[in-house]
Amino acid sequence: MTRVLMKGNEAIAEAAIRAGCLHFFGYPITPQNEIPEYFSRRLPQVGGEYVQTESEVATSNMIFGAAGVGVRVMTSSSSPGISLMSEGISYLAGADLPVVIVNMMRAGPGLAGILPSQSDYAHATRGTAHGDFELTVLAPSSVQEAVDLTILSFQIAERYRVPVMLLGDGMIGQMMEPVEFPELEVGPPLAADDWALTGCRGREPRLVSSLYLDPVELNDKNYERYRRYALIRDKETRFDTYNCDGPYDVLLTAFGVMARVCMSAIDELAKEGIRVGLFRPITLNPFPEDACRSAIARAKRVLDVEMNMGQMLVDIRLAARGSHDIDFIGKCGGLTPSVEDVVERVRVHLAAIRAEER
Amino acid sequence: MNTTDVLFAGFGGHGMLLAGKLLAQAAVNRGLQVSWLPAYGAEMRGGTANVTVCMSGSRVASPYIEHPASLVVMNTPSLLKYGPKVKKGGLIVINTTLAREPWTREDCPVLSLPAGDMAREVGAWKSTNLVLLGAWAGYTGVLSRDAIVETIEEQFSMKHAVMNANVAAFDTGFRQGATARPAPGMANEVDSRTLDRGNAHLDHRTAR
Repeated sequence: MTRVLMKGNEAIAEAAIRAGCLHFFGYPITPQNEIPEYFSRRLPQVGGEYVQTESEVATSNMIFGAAGVGVRVMTSSSSPGISLMSEGISYLAGADLPVVIVNMMRAGPGLAGILPSQSDYAHATRGTAHGDFELTVLAPSSVQEAVDLTILSFQIAERYRVPVMLLGDGMIGQMMEPVEFPELEVGPPLAADDWALTGCRGREPRLVSSLYLDPVELNDKNYERYRRYALIRDKETRFDTYNCDGPYDVLLTAFGVMARVCMSAIDELAKEGIRVGLFRPITLNPFPEDACRSAIARAKRVLDVEMNMGQMLVDIRLAARGSHDIDFIGKCGGLTPSVEDVVERVRVHLAAIRAEER
Repeated sequence: MNTTDVLFAGFGGHGMLLAGKLLAQAAVNRGLQVSWLPAYGAEMRGGTANVTVCMSGSRVASPYIEHPASLVVMNTPSLLKYGPKVKKGGLIVINTTLAREPWTREDCPVLSLPAGDMAREVGAWKSTNLVLLGAWAGYTGVLSRDAIVETIEEQFSMKHAVMNANVAAFDTGFRQGATARPAPGMANEVDSRTLDRGNAHLDHRTAR
C-alpha cells in the first residue's frame, strides 16, 4: 500500500468515503473545516450527497433523516457546534440510529478559542445531551489511527445501532502524517433492511422515532438499549499501553495526542534507566476500566496528563477505586503539556518514592 | 537517536507551512516516519504561522515539540519568540533580509543569510522560504538535495515557472548551508544526532 501525507481531517473524510459513507451534512467551524471541504469536493465524484446546512441544529436533524431511511451518513463539527447538535444527538440515540459524529475539539467553554484542546471528554463520554443514553467514543492519537477508527466507527454504529463519536483533539485534525488506506468491500448499512424507512409497499409500516408516551414501553426500550451498550463494553473496548511490559514505578495516563507527548517523556526518562509506563484508552466510552486498574495496580504513583482541567481524571480515579491518589497535569486554552512538563513531574514522584523507601 | 525536528516560523503568507510540507513530503518519499504540526492564528495572512516537522527512522512519538532541534525563521518576531526555545546546540537559520538586528546565542550554531535578497538574485523573489529550507538542508544534511528537489518538482509539476524558481531558490540556499557546515569532528549536539548517527541512518534508508 502507498503512504500518503495527509491532514487528519482530510484522512478522516477519505476513510469515511472508503467505508461507504456517501452522505455528509455539516456546518463550518474551525478546526475541522477540511472535513466538509474534502467531502464537498469528493462526494459529487463518487455519487454521494453533500449539503452545507444552515446550522448545527439542522445538521443533526438531516443526519437523523438520512440514517432513518437507511443510508450511511456522518457529520463533523467542533466543540461549540457539537453543543448545538446535542438535542439531535439525543434523538438519534433514542431512535437507535447508526451515525458517525466527528468532534475535533477546540478550547472551551463558550466560543473560547480555535486552538486544539481535549475539553469535551466529559461531554462526549457522558452522552452530550438529555436522557438515558451513551455515545460510543473513540479517540485516535495519530492520523493513521484516525483513519482506522473512522472505519471502525461505522462498523460499531451499524452493528449495535448507536451513534458513535470520533473525538479528536484539534491537533489530530490539523496535523499531517503519512497514512495508508485499507481496501474495503462495502455494501449498504448493516441490517438496515430490518428497520429503515424504505417505503412500506408490500410490508408492514415502520416507525423511526424517539417518542414513547407509554412508560412501560419506554422503560423496556431503554433497558434493551443498555443491553447493547453492555455488548459494546464486552466486545469493543480498546486500549493501548507503552513500556508496560516490564516493571515501572510511575504510570502515565493520557488519550489522543497527549499520549504521544507522554511516550516521548517515557523515552527521555528511559535514557537514564527510569521506568515509566503509559496507559491509553482508545475507547473513551466504554472506558477500559479493568485494564486501567491492572495497569495502576502495578505502579507506585499515577500521573494523568490532559489538555483540559482534568476530565478523564474522573475515570482514572474510578478505575483506581481509591487504591492510588492520581496526580494531574492539565493545560487548556490551546496550550499543551510538554514533554519537559511530564518529565519534571515524574522526577518529583520518583524523588518521593525514593524518600519513602529510605 | 535517529530522529530530529525543525520549527519553521514566520507570518502567514511567508510560506513557512509550505516549506515544512515539502520537507515532510520528501521525508515520506524516503521512507521516514513524519509529522507536520502547524500552529497559526485566525488570519490567513499577516498572523503568526509556524509548523513543526518531526522526522524519524522508526516512529514519531510526540509531534508537539517545546524545544526544537532546529529553528528556521523568516522574521524578527518569530526569532525573538522561538530563538530562545531552541535546544542547546540546535541550529538556528535566520533570514536577515527581514530580521536585520544582530541576534545570537552562545550555545547554538546560527546560520544567518539574506534569504530574501538571495531569492531575488536568482529571480525567485517569492521563494525566500525555499532559500531557508535549502540552507537548513545543506547545513544539516538530514535529507539529500535530490530528495527535496524531487519533491519540489513533484509538487509543482503543473506550474513550471514556479517549480524552476523554487528549485533555484532552494539550491542557492543549499549551497550556502553546505558551505557553512562545520567539518566532521567539530560536530555540535545537533550534528551528532542528525548528521553523524541520525543522518547516517537516514541516508541508509534513503539508499533503499
